Amino acid sequence: MTSPIIQIRQLQKRFAANGADIVALQDADLDIAPGEFVTLVGASGCGKSTLLRIVGGLEPASGGSVSVDGVPIAGPGIDRAMVFQHYSLYPWLTVTENITFCRQLKVHRDVSTLSDVESAEGRADALVRLMGLSHVADAYPNQLSGGMQQRVAIARALMARPRILLMDEPFGALDAQTREVMHDLILHVSILEKTTVLFVTHDVEEAIYLAHRVVLMAPRPGHIAAVHTVPLQDHRDQDMKQTPGFIALKKQILAGIRETSGMQTNYELLERLGQNPAP
Amino acid sequence: MTVNLIPRRPLWAIRGSLDRRIHWLIACCGLLLVLLAWWLASTGGAVDPVFLPTPPLVLNSAWEWLHDGDLLGDIAISVYRVVAGFLLSAVLALPLGVLVGTYAPVKALFEPLTDFIRYMPAAAFIPLVMLWVGIDEGAKIAIIFIGTFFQMLLMIAEDVRRVPMEQIEAAQTMGADRDEIVMRVIMPSAKPAILDTLRVTMGWAWTYLVVAELVAANSGLGFAVLKAQRFLQTDKIFAGIILIGLFGLATDQCFRWAHRRSFPWLYRR
Ligand SMILES: Nc1ncnc2c1ncn2[C@@H]1O[C@H](COP(=O)(O)OP(=O)(O)O)[C@@H](O)[C@H]1O
Ligand SMILES: [Mg+2]
Repeated sequence: MTSPIIQIRQLQKRFAANGADIVALQDADLDIAPGEFVTLVGASGCGKSTLLRIVGGLEPASGGSVSVDGVPIAGPGIDRAMVFQHYSLYPWLTVTENITFCRQLKVHRDVSTLSDVESAEGRADALVRLMGLSHVADAYPNQLSGGMQQRVAIARALMARPRILLMDEPFGALDAQTREVMHDLILHVSILEKTTVLFVTHDVEEAIYLAHRVVLMAPRPGHIAAVHTVPLQDHRDQDMKQTPGFIALKKQILAGIRETSGMQTNYELLERLGQNPAP
Repeated sequence: MTVNLIPRRPLWAIRGSLDRRIHWLIACCGLLLVLLAWWLASTGGAVDPVFLPTPPLVLNSAWEWLHDGDLLGDIAISVYRVVAGFLLSAVLALPLGVLVGTYAPVKALFEPLTDFIRYMPAAAFIPLVMLWVGIDEGAKIAIIFIGTFFQMLLMIAEDVRRVPMEQIEAAQTMGADRDEIVMRVIMPSAKPAILDTLRVTMGWAWTYLVVAELVAANSGLGFAVLKAQRFLQTDKIFAGIILIGLFGLATDQCFRWAHRRSFPWLYRR
C-alpha cells in the first residue's frame, strides 16, 4: 500500500451533554490511501458524523490524532471539502455563483494570477457541465430539485480541487432512482479527479456499491468494529448489485449492524401478542 | 359558453391559499364590515356622537384639520420622529444583533440585560428621559428608541442564529475566515429575516408615537390626539388614530415591496 493520505490514530471524542459524559468515539484507527473511496456505515449514533467532522476539522478531537500527508490537522482546510445532507447551499446565489463561491475568499484570491482566474472560470464551466447543471446555471437553489441541489453542493466542494472529499449522508434525502444516478456520478467524478472520498451513509447497499472499503462502526462507545474490502473491480455498474459477492457482503454487514445496534426484536413477545389479540 | 379549466381552489383547506382576487375581496369585506357597523351604530341615534362620532364627522374633522389646522405639519413632524427613533434603533441594533447572534461572549454580555430591559414599559421612562435628554425633539425620539431598540436587538440576534450551521461550516471547509463568514455567509443569509424584523419593529415605532408625544410636544399626530382628548373632540381622536394606522400600513407595504425587490430568489419557484 502506498503511504496513506489520511492517518487516524487512537482517535477519541467525548461530549459533555447535560452533565453526562458521552464517548462518541473510542480508539479509532484507520489509514486511507490516496484516491481511495471509503464508506462509513453503522447504527445511528455510533459516531460516523463525529469521525467525519473531526477529519474535516469542524470538531476538535479529545484524544489521538488525524494527519493528512503526515501533518496533524488543526481546523478546517481547503484540502478537505465537505458535502452535507442539506441546507448548505447559499440560496441568495445562483448555481454558478454557489459553485464559484470559494473564488471570493481571501485564501484563493491572494494567489490569483491572470491565468489562475482563467483556469478557475474554465473549471467552473467544466464542473457545471460535468454535473449536468448547464440548463440551470443561472437558477437559484430553491428552484431546483433535491438531487440537483446536491449536484451543486458537490460541484462547489470540488471547485477548489480538494484532495479529500468528506460526505455526510449526502444522498440521504433523495429518492432511490435519483440516488442511483448520483452514485454513478460521484464515482465517475472521484475517479476523474483522483479525489479521496470519505463517505458516511446508513444505506449498506450504497456503502458497498461506492467503496473500495466499507468501515463498519458500532455504538456505545462509538468505535470501528470491522473493515471490509469490497470484492468488485473499480469500474462499477448497477448489475454488480446482483452478484453473489455483493449480496454476501451486504448480508454480512447488515448482520454486523444488527448485532451492534442493540435494537433486538423480541420475537417471543410478538408471537404471544399474535396468539392473544388484545380484547 | 366558457368553461373554467382551472379547478377552483377549495376555500377551507387547512393552510390553504386563495386566488388573489378572492383574497382581496374578503379583505375588503372585513374592512367594509367594520365601517358599516361603525356607521350603523353611530347614526342610529342610540349612541351620543361624543362617544362615537359618525364617519362623515370624522372625515369632516380631518378636512378641517387639513385646512384650518396644520395636518401636514403634524404628519411631517410625526413621521420625522418615528423614522428618526427607528433609524437610531436600527443603526445600533443591527451590528450589535449580528454580534450577539454570532459570538457567545457578546450574547452573554447583552442578552440577559436586554431581556430584562425590554419588559420595562417605555411610558415609564418619560420622566427619566425628560430629566436626561430634556423636552425637545431628542426626548420624543428617545422614547421611540426605548420602545423599539431592545426588541429589535433580540429579534435580529435570533434571525442571525437561525442561519443554518451547514451554510457556515461549508464556508469554513472552503477556507473562509471569521470575517468572511460573517460578511459573506451570515449577513446575506440572515438579511431577509432581518428586513422582516425591521418591518415589524417599524410598526411598533408607530404605536409608540402617542406615548412619545406625551413629552411636552406641541405638534404631531399623537399630540393632536392627546389635545383632542382634552377637549373631548372624539371625531378628531378618530381621525388621528386612523391616520396613524394608515401611515403604519403604508410603511409596512413599503417594507414588503422592498423585501420582494431585494430578495428575488425567495419569490421564485
Ligand atoms: N454536539 C454534540 N453534543 C453532544 N453529543 C453529541 C454531539 N454530537 C454528537 N453527539 C453524540 O455523539 C454520538 C455520535 O453521534 P454522531 O457522530 O452524530 O452519530 P452518527 O452520525 O453515527 O449517527 C451520539 O450519541 C450523539 O448523541
Ligand atoms: Mg450522522
